[in-house]
Amino acid sequence: MINPEAKLAANIFDKPDMASTREGFGKGVVEAGKLDERVVVLTADLAESTQAHHFQKAFPERFVQVGVAEQNMATVAAGMANYGKLPFITSYATFSPGRNWEQIRTTICLNNVPVVVCGMHAGVSVGPDGATHQALEDIALMRALPNMIVISPCDSEEGRKATLALAKAGKPGYMRFGRDKTPIMTTAETPFEIGKANVVWKSDSPVVAIFATGHLLYQALLAARELEEIGIAVSVTNVHTIKPLDREIIHSLARGAGAVVTVEEHQIMGGLGGAIAELLAEVCPTPIEFVGVHDKFGQSGTPKELIEHYGMGVSHIVEAVKKVVSRKSA
Amino acid sequence: MEALTDQEIKKLEQRANAIRVTIIEMLVAAGSGHLSGPLGMADIFTALYFRVMKHDPKNTEWPLRDRLMLSNGHIVPVRYAAMAHAGYFPIEECMTLRKFGSRLQGHPERDMLPGMETTSGPLGSGLSQSAGYAYAARMDGKTFRVFCAMSDGEQEEGNTWEAAMFAGKYRLTNLTAIMDRNNIQIDGNTEDVMPLEPMADKYRAFNWHVIEVDGHNIPQFVAACDEAKAIKEKPTLILAHTIPGKGVPTIENDYRWHGNPPGKGPTDKIPADKQKEVFLAELRTVQKNVAVGHP
Repeated sequence: MINPEAKLAANIFDKPDMASTREGFGKGVVEAGKLDERVVVLTADLAESTQAHHFQKAFPERFVQVGVAEQNMATVAAGMANYGKLPFITSYATFSPGRNWEQIRTTICLNNVPVVVCGMHAGVSVGPDGATHQALEDIALMRALPNMIVISPCDSEEGRKATLALAKAGKPGYMRFGRDKTPIMTTAETPFEIGKANVVWKSDSPVVAIFATGHLLYQALLAARELEEIGIAVSVTNVHTIKPLDREIIHSLARGAGAVVTVEEHQIMGGLGGAIAELLAEVCPTPIEFVGVHDKFGQSGTPKELIEHYGMGVSHIVEAVKKVVSRKSA
Repeated sequence: MEALTDQEIKKLEQRANAIRVTIIEMLVAAGSGHLSGPLGMADIFTALYFRVMKHDPKNTEWPLRDRLMLSNGHIVPVRYAAMAHAGYFPIEECMTLRKFGSRLQGHPERDMLPGMETTSGPLGSGLSQSAGYAYAARMDGKTFRVFCAMSDGEQEEGNTWEAAMFAGKYRLTNLTAIMDRNNIQIDGNTEDVMPLEPMADKYRAFNWHVIEVDGHNIPQFVAACDEAKAIKEKPTLILAHTIPGKGVPTIENDYRWHGNPPGKGPTDKIPADKQKEVFLAELRTVQKNVAVGHP
């Protein structure tokens, strides 16, 4: 059943409200701008599709257009942060942090200045734009960098909260956002703290711990409901912060269940699944099934078609749970 | 700023040569590192730290200080030496360059050394950091100046031109870039590796004010910095023509010395200590000639 402490939306399984996670960024960054005048927003010719245009409208004097130049955007922002500003840089995740990775490494992370990289259009759910615009490697790229906080919000409300939290963190950060409208699962009351994973579903004596990040958390919840009906008890945890990972809660849930399924719209290498596998190999070796993209590029299609094609739908999560249960007893 | 007197010029030139001595000694102590670039930029760094910049070695976080961003981090020995001579830390500490536990990393790191304004090494990202810094400072009405020292080789990086475009568009008059136009890079002469000319015209086309100077003529460089301060419409590029390895004729203008310390260049059969003495003797001869007014 749904964990009441997560204070999820009442209509979560009955026509939930829909919004993209990037819309949450658009709202959150305006709120952050009101709270702290050091907040500035930069974009590389993508003001509207990154939702940075809301900030542009609210604070034109603190909005900086750099043109189609993601390397320049990262380094200009590094200079601004070095001076004392709190820059959010916005583009598609394939370009930022895809194209400007070294600039982020040297001038933001090694320099240790508080720039927040906001990568939009993450995952295959970008849809018709095709593989070039579907970032599936960004978590791995950012997770490997010292000093970097990595957050993948599950819905627009969490995107808003993550934006506000990173504006306060005063450290280098990365947030990934999706293009497609997805269910709003959390509410203003749902707890959010950087580095603290939230258990959103817990049946009695779960036999599998599901860890999900991003909007696929919703698919994980639908899978949990289906599994409960056939007598397989699971927990579902929203791992919005991939770095620093909530080692304690993940360790305890994995140990309790004895089997794990990870769910993410990302390559299975180096993302959430990789992070959890690294942790559990160290503290509590546990069978794991990875739901995500298995070493392939995306393609054009509708988000729904692509999520199904690449094996990240509800049925795939259900199958992964059954498989990991069978591995446990084998 | 008032013009330099002959005596002031002479003092600065002597300081530049003392900094060159430190550079050679620290590179020998390190056993690796870049020699040509630091020697070639010794006059300019001397002028910056001993004449041009507002700064306080005892108060590195002074909010009104001028900022010097070093884009081509590999020439950092000249900055370490100039900072030590200016009083940021003891000159002996220069001999820890590139060693385990040292604040003087092989390429500069902001978090390690007070007064080091930014981390650099990977080329092509200093101009845009400087532009971002200058932009942010102007937002808050700050009046200090931002200097960016960069190399000619890194003009081959696309990021540099993205920054040039940005600074031109936003008319960052508080930004002065200083290019070490020494015509060499690791693999050869710049015009063979990737032709860069016409450099001045390129920056002018990007809406910059360009001043060409002899990078070893300190009064000329100081005057260019004053001129840059007076320009109210554009960022300024001081295109400084320099001689890589300046002061040590054996290695001057030879790209093979770009990335090597004494004892490890194209003449690597000579032991480092012996070669150091040769180089220091050459420097002393040059210094004597400066003192008696030879060209």
